Amino acid sequence: MTVTVKLFATFRKGRFKESQRDYPEQTTVGEVIDDLCLPNHELGAILLNARHVGKGLQLHEGDTLSIFPLVGGG
Amino acid sequence: MSALEEFFAAEASGDLIPWQSQVLAAEKFSMSLGAVEEAMLKAGWLPGRYQRNRQMLSTAQQHKLFCSCVAVIGCGGLGGYVIEQLARLGVGRIIAIDPDVFEEHNLNRQLLSSPRLLGHSKALTAKARVNDINPAVTLVAVEKAFDGDNGARLVAGADVVVDAVDNVAARKALDIVCRELGVPLVHGAIAGWYGHVSTQYPGDEIIKKLYGHSDDSPGVESQLGNPSFTPGATASFQVAEVCKIISGEGELLRHRKLHIDLLAMETEDVPF
Repeated sequence: MTVTVKLFATFRKGRFKESQRDYPEQTTVGEVIDDLCLPNHELGAILLNARHVGKGLQLHEGDTLSIFPLVGGG
Repeated sequence: MSALEEFFAAEASGDLIPWQSQVLAAEKFSMSLGAVEEAMLKAGWLPGRYQRNRQMLSTAQQHKLFCSCVAVIGCGGLGGYVIEQLARLGVGRIIAIDPDVFEEHNLNRQLLSSPRLLGHSKALTAKARVNDINPAVTLVAVEKAFDGDNGARLVAGADVVVDAVDNVAARKALDIVCRELGVPLVHGAIAGWYGHVSTQYPGDEIIKKLYGHSDDSPGVESQLGNPSFTPGATASFQVAEVCKIISGEGELLRHRKLHIDLLAMETEDVPF
């Protein structure tokens, strides 16, 4: 299946801004995060088709996954 | 017509009353500058200092701002700019909370910091600054760390709370306190080139969704630091939200987060 992955802020460095990526059926959000080597402790909001999701959710053909790093300074 | 109202009418040019007359009124009638300003706005006179606000805000809205209290948690990167802008906007009462003193590494970005103030209290410096730029505004300086135990007491009476803290644990405490008190929270956070802003009303769950999964460890700001411009840009979005909450104007960043990327010069409206 093909999934659109959008990365934001620091997660773009050495990766990409937006990419159409092929994954096996039943791939989870967490498996995409691992595939992209995004550090768990840096994870902020994760949105699947504009809805907040956890890492266990399975992806489907045509989904758009947006991943933001945790921003906490002030 | 009272003597004070007669004085305003005599001193006014159109509906504007100049600063000099406001000072004179405070002396003549033994009132604080704030009490004079409140009386002016209530009677429909606009202090001259706010004349460039008038295409955006009516005198009644300016009066509402002056009668409002905003608590700002943190007087550092975001907080310094937030406090400056709230005072210039004409918010009558500001509670500024920060336990820290200025350190050298603050000088690249924190508006209230300067070499002569290294080692000085951030909250007390905010008070001195506000007294300098808008003496009609009352700033209550609190040199304490905001936490779940003291939070409700520290922000009691605030109409809006502004999140300008620099850590996740304090944000979670702020979230709980604002929910309990039923007060809107204008959240902002920064890291390097990036920032985000969102407005949470009681019952909304923005902070929980953003930080609920975090173990209170710092975000990417611990690697990126923060430059001079990201706090100012992000704080300005926060103050615009405060202005709209109090005045009732415009659309709020409610149920959404504005992600600001100053490196790519992009913003992303993220639904929550």
